[in-house]
Amino acid sequence: MNSREQLITFATIVTKEFIRFMRIWQQTLLPPAITTCLYFVIFGNLIGPRIGQMDGFNYIDFIVPGLILMQVITGSYSNVVSSFFGAKFQHSLEEMLVSPTPNYVILLGYITGGVARGVIVGLIVTVVSLFFSNLHIHNLGVLISVVTLTAFLFSLGGFTNAVFAKSFDDISIIPNFVLTPLTYLGGIFYSIQLLPELWQTVSLVNPILYMINAFRFGFLGISDISLPSSYLIIGIFIAALFVINLRLLNHGYGVRQ
Amino acid sequence: MVTSTAALEIRSLCKTYQNGVKALHDIDLKVEEGEFFGLLGPNGAGKSTVIGILSSLVNKTSGTAKVFGVDIDKNFAQAKSFIGVVPQEFNFNIFETPWQILINQAGYYGIPRHVATKRASSYLTQMGLWEKRNNRSAELSGGMKRRLMIARGLVHHPRLLILDEPTAGVDIEIRRSMWNFLQKKNQDGTTIILTTHYLEEAESLCRNVAIIDEGHLIENTSMRSLLRKIDTEIFILDLEQPIKEFPKNTGLAIRLLDEYTVEVAVDRTQNLNFLYEQLSDKNIHVRSMRNKANRLEQLFINLVSQSKESGVTIE
Repeated sequence: MNSREQLITFATIVTKEFIRFMRIWQQTLLPPAITTCLYFVIFGNLIGPRIGQMDGFNYIDFIVPGLILMQVITGSYSNVVSSFFGAKFQHSLEEMLVSPTPNYVILLGYITGGVARGVIVGLIVTVVSLFFSNLHIHNLGVLISVVTLTAFLFSLGGFTNAVFAKSFDDISIIPNFVLTPLTYLGGIFYSIQLLPELWQTVSLVNPILYMINAFRFGFLGISDISLPSSYLIIGIFIAALFVINLRLLNHGYGVRQ
Repeated sequence: MVTSTAALEIRSLCKTYQNGVKALHDIDLKVEEGEFFGLLGPNGAGKSTVIGILSSLVNKTSGTAKVFGVDIDKNFAQAKSFIGVVPQEFNFNIFETPWQILINQAGYYGIPRHVATKRASSYLTQMGLWEKRNNRSAELSGGMKRRLMIARGLVHHPRLLILDEPTAGVDIEIRRSMWNFLQKKNQDGTTIILTTHYLEEAESLCRNVAIIDEGHLIENTSMRSLLRKIDTEIFILDLEQPIKEFPKNTGLAIRLLDEYTVEVAVDRTQNLNFLYEQLSDKNIHVRSMRNKANRLEQLFINLVSQSKESGVTIE
């Protein structure tokens, strides 16, 4: 396959993924908007005023970046895990596997689909947040790069989960028992400066902390973590997961007998 | 001197699954370009494993396979670009429309969109699916799904089309139209490998045939040679007049099923003229005649039984 043919194949996979999540928008795009509304009402309007300010900002403005990124993470991860596992489950993945499509194109196609959903969900949640808070942007470049890289990273995570999954139960274990706790403990609702020193150190092991803080920097210009450290961590995880996924595909793990 | 490259050349192909099951034992197979080749065998014989290896869904344990001279170990992508696969099980996304399925499949082979749309239109029309092109595939009947799979397998214009039980569960009318379609594709130059349980189908379509049983190749020959191995054919004769008893000493193995129906076994040293002469002499008139069972079916059963009894391969 020459590079032009590979580009056509890549576009085919991305388009297919885009059509898939747009077709079921009630399941993919609407829930994040509703969930975020509830977060804003409960944590922002009801509890927020009692908390007061955090790092010099109203509480609701402080939590907006984390809430947006949380939905980006969930959206990109669940898009790839459900789509790839679904294709495995009903064997439609074989359409791609019997073709000359290189494995890295398959991987990039699914990941781009996940990024697309993550970014669209992020935009929807951002629009919703405008009804509840006064958003101002400190650094647009940081916002765009962090949201794209985070969506890329969690799409890769979803792909790994889908490769190993053998049943539909397996695709919900990681989001429920790993992703959600790490997201909540990643500093969406608080600054780690509030934690005792020991727990501040423990929190640094959580990669999501780096993403949320970098994203918050893009909006508010404040962060518990330095920006280069955040990009470095995100980059390391992306590189590691990309290599792992590609090796899994090349070995045919979970997809070839 | 012009040498032609075989469409498929398999040497010493072995497959042992992770659970220890040996699905293929040293399979050698050659399919020439332009052939309509039958790959037969009972359930679990290893036919789908061979197809799985050629389409990269199954990793081989050892051996080599070349598609139009391209070794799958050296350039699997190019080898795969020559092959169109129509698998036994429905394996398309049931939420997608036939149109989307064909366009996507063309896309996976790097075919530009404007070419893909022309081909999708053509194959959906030829397969009688044009009216259903925008329906969800889940809504198609079994026969339509089979035809959709064939259209999908052809959309990138493969030189080698592999069909794994393409007419399973399809009514006779559609089956016949599929046969005509496949024969035409073959005449147009597409090499076809067909696995089927309908031996009548193999007999009608295939010029050469291989039989696999328990992972061993037990026969690989032309259909004509294979049929020559049939020792005895059993015919059912429907008589014009009722008879109480069939005359003895005819030299034929005859059994009266009822007063209008006779079963006659004709071995290969005899011919049908001999049979009719005997019947005319006795003033017995035949209204119609048919095979008791498909003759290839009986031979197939015999070959598989021999292979199981001897425990060795018959080459």
